[in-house]
Amino acid sequence: MTVKNHVLKNMYRDSVALMRLSQEMEGLENVAQATAIMGTDNNKDLLAQAGLLADSGKSATPNDLIVAFDLTSPGQEEAVITSVQQRLMSGRQRTGGGAGYRPRSMEGALQTLPQANLAMISVPGEHAAREARKALDLGLNVLLFSDNVPLEDEVGLKQQAISLGLFMMGPDCGTAIINGVPLGFANAVPSGRVGLVSASGSGLQQVICLLAESGEGISHALGVGGRDLSGEVNGAMMLEGLRALGEDSATEIIVLISKPPAQSARARVLEAASQCGKPYVISFLGEQGEHGKRASRGNVHMENNLEGTALRVLKLLGKETPGWASLDDKNRKRIESIIAGSDPGHRSIRGLYSGGTLCYESLFILRDLGHLAGSGLEQEPVGGDLLIDMGDDRYTVGRPHPMIDFRSRCEALVQAAADPEVGVVLLDVILGYGAHPDPAAELSPAILEAQKIARNDGRRLACVVALCGSPDDPQDMDQQEKTLTHAGALVVHSNALAARIASAISRGGAVPLPGGDTRG
Amino acid sequence: MILTPKELTELRNTIEEANQAALSHMYNADPVLIDVAPASEVMPQLGEGMLLHAGPPVQWPAMCSPMQGAVVGALRYQGWAGTGEEAAALASSGSVSLQPAHDFSAVGPMTGIFSPSMPVFVVENRTLGNRSYCTINEGLGKVMRFGANDDSVIERLRWIEKTLAPALREAVLRAGGVDLRPIMAQALAMGDEMHQRNVAATSLFFRAIAPHLVRGSSQQSSLSEVTDFLVGNDQFFLNLAMAAAKSAMDAAASVNGSTLITAMSRNGTNFGIRIGALGNRWFTAPSLMPEGLYFPGFTSDNANPDMGDSAILETLGLGAFAMAGSPAVVGFVGAGTYRDALNYTQEMGEITLGHHPHLSIPNLDYQGVPSGIDLRKVVETGISPAINTGIAHKEAGAGQVGAGIARAPLECFHQGLEALVNEMESR
Amino acid sequence: MAEKRDLLGGPPATINVGLEVFADTLQELGFPVVQVDWRPPAGGDHRLTDLLSRLERSSDPNAEGTN
Repeated sequence: MTVKNHVLKNMYRDSVALMRLSQEMEGLENVAQATAIMGTDNNKDLLAQAGLLADSGKSATPNDLIVAFDLTSPGQEEAVITSVQQRLMSGRQRTGGGAGYRPRSMEGALQTLPQANLAMISVPGEHAAREARKALDLGLNVLLFSDNVPLEDEVGLKQQAISLGLFMMGPDCGTAIINGVPLGFANAVPSGRVGLVSASGSGLQQVICLLAESGEGISHALGVGGRDLSGEVNGAMMLEGLRALGEDSATEIIVLISKPPAQSARARVLEAASQCGKPYVISFLGEQGEHGKRASRGNVHMENNLEGTALRVLKLLGKETPGWASLDDKNRKRIESIIAGSDPGHRSIRGLYSGGTLCYESLFILRDLGHLAGSGLEQEPVGGDLLIDMGDDRYTVGRPHPMIDFRSRCEALVQAAADPEVGVVLLDVILGYGAHPDPAAELSPAILEAQKIARNDGRRLACVVALCGSPDDPQDMDQQEKTLTHAGALVVHSNALAARIASAISRGGAVPLPGGDTRG
Repeated sequence: MILTPKELTELRNTIEEANQAALSHMYNADPVLIDVAPASEVMPQLGEGMLLHAGPPVQWPAMCSPMQGAVVGALRYQGWAGTGEEAAALASSGSVSLQPAHDFSAVGPMTGIFSPSMPVFVVENRTLGNRSYCTINEGLGKVMRFGANDDSVIERLRWIEKTLAPALREAVLRAGGVDLRPIMAQALAMGDEMHQRNVAATSLFFRAIAPHLVRGSSQQSSLSEVTDFLVGNDQFFLNLAMAAAKSAMDAAASVNGSTLITAMSRNGTNFGIRIGALGNRWFTAPSLMPEGLYFPGFTSDNANPDMGDSAILETLGLGAFAMAGSPAVVGFVGAGTYRDALNYTQEMGEITLGHHPHLSIPNLDYQGVPSGIDLRKVVETGISPAINTGIAHKEAGAGQVGAGIARAPLECFHQGLEALVNEMESR
Repeated sequence: MAEKRDLLGGPPATINVGLEVFADTLQELGFPVVQVDWRPPAGGDHRLTDLLSRLERSSDPNAEGTN
């Protein structure tokens, strides 16, 4: 065991860059284990626990970068350190101001880009509110990607933004598209007449991708962060977004996406919608009963799932029902064959999700269909089906988000295959800017391996993929679909449809229609 | 950039208000060389048996070798001691009062020693009326500035006192004073940054003074010596630039309650800063070693820690802050490529309150030099002011061994912030 | 107080503070963006950021009793 620490003083890199660097280091010759990490007390504890903390690392400050590695053979430190330094320095010239200068502050950045009107902030949560406040003070609109921001800070920031006539999208807002410009995790969709405001990133992506596939584009897609419709925040930004889209001449239909809101927020939103002249599609995901479709009134149409939302928009625009909404014959036959070849006692569903809202939607669709489905967060295990949001904090400590790194999900997929109870694995694959450049290449080996494990055990494992992407996304959606299908996955574009297919395979019956009826 | 009363009241809080007022004073300072005279004549507070030194307060035992050497030289020059040993004994006896030049509205480069008989430049800020003083630059080689104190040094100082200074005085008075800011602005456009590179400014000054020199009463032989001296010293203007910067910063320091850094200085042991709201208090920490290039035969092992009042130039926004306009200095201070020099100017823009409206850099589209260091920004960004500095040999009298870039220790700013918070909360 | 900048009027010009991947996307697509070389304020030293906050509060004439 030769554990070495190399400390680079006063050198800061963001968490994603550091994880990528750690990954690359572990791929180097002679390196058994390696990590690059900032010298905070927390991180030093993590290093110590991993057996990677040496004396020089112990004295590092939070402003210093610790490169810690364990070599298989001694004497290779120089090569590793040189390689690391090269990687740290490469690419630093891009996205700079004049002659490549990278400003150290937002004020400095404004000197370089005086026409800037938006600050996109994704710093660690403890610093995020302060940076957002500074941005608002400078007259900038804010997209706040960071999470773990205290709720009272969110309330204060949104109040400040409203008083200044600025947008505060977030915290925990991962997606927005403004005038065709993709911000955060976003898809390449055409410009068009649908405007959206969403408290969910992956929910927003699903709807705009389904619309794009049907040839419908968007005017703007605004994010408000997951807590905007809570009682405390009370829809502050949602209302601003709805108002702006109401006034925007390019927007003909307004779509709102959120998990079920707090009572007061709901009232405010419905009031604002009914005052507006434009048609509204309001999607409170998972809502039932009196808040369901029967609550549609006048220009305001209620939906409770993402697929339904997209279908409603298309219908209001006079478009035909699109192909993605139903099973094609090939997939139908595959499902029948899978069901035929499976043992009824071994068909529970395991969901491995990167999009939290997509996981949430699948859970309520399955429960609605009578499944005993748990999220893994319950006190008591529910038994039966288990759908995990692998983007949740507990799974992403020290690892990048599953949208950009597939290792966790591949491991989980192979593990699920070894479980004789599991008959269906349900996955979402989200394409677009910011996401992994080739998810299919990452997942396919795991899908093949999983099916092999099941087969060797005399079982069949179905792998159902909700491929959420737009035809124009950088990943080449067609090719992604082909690769995944070739590996044995059953690929559809609607998450709700994928959930219903999983239900059918799990029960050995026909695939239910949206709304719970079945048709073979 | 003077704000209207309406603009002032719209400012968000009292610090912003004070900072804008201090910046106003800085930007509008109009330094003019009005006289050249013995220190005792024009600096009335300079008392009996008193010498001034560069940097924050330091007593004889703690002084670095070059500064002790310079003190010895000054004592001999004044005739308060005969030999070097006598001078050292006198200094260590405590009967010589050693004071920071800054406390007397004065600045001196490197060891920065002032004694009563030494002629000084008198620079008046015409806008506010305050005056600043600086000694006359001795030239290169074996000079008191680096701690040399042998007979040749004393002789040169006497020549300055008896020949150079009177000639300059007469010329300056005849000229009705020499405006320094236009010279500095023009010199910036010619590639000077006025700390490590002053050749254009020196030339422009010579052009301004020469017609008055030749029309003065100096004998031919003196005039030849004087002009040879001026022409032979590329750094002559350094001392004038320092006095000009000091007059601007003293004007800024006259405002109460600002977070502006009003002085940065080093005594060869410690680095000190002053903050607007905290008046004359020094916040000090050990000087850091400069990083740079060494003349052939010398290495960092020979180097004295950072020393001198010349950091007053960076306090105003010249020197390292203006490096983007001074490609020739880049190689001299080991800054790397021109791009690195540009980065220094832009980096300093992160810790300053504005850009000087009268001192600008042509190749940055005439953007003003980043000007007005804000204590808060230094602490928040962790970016410390950079200073283009000469590197002295750590042995007295051995002279300059190189040039480079030194950083102010962040510790000074942290101490200052703590003191300022305590002060403001106790109001 | 800085002038308010309208968001929906045209394509945004973005200052990116944090994960570089977002600035990379914008730059590859040709949209105006500047990446801020962000570090934790005051080098992550809470004592210093606390002092800075206290300084701001103590100098704000509108800050009576606020925290």
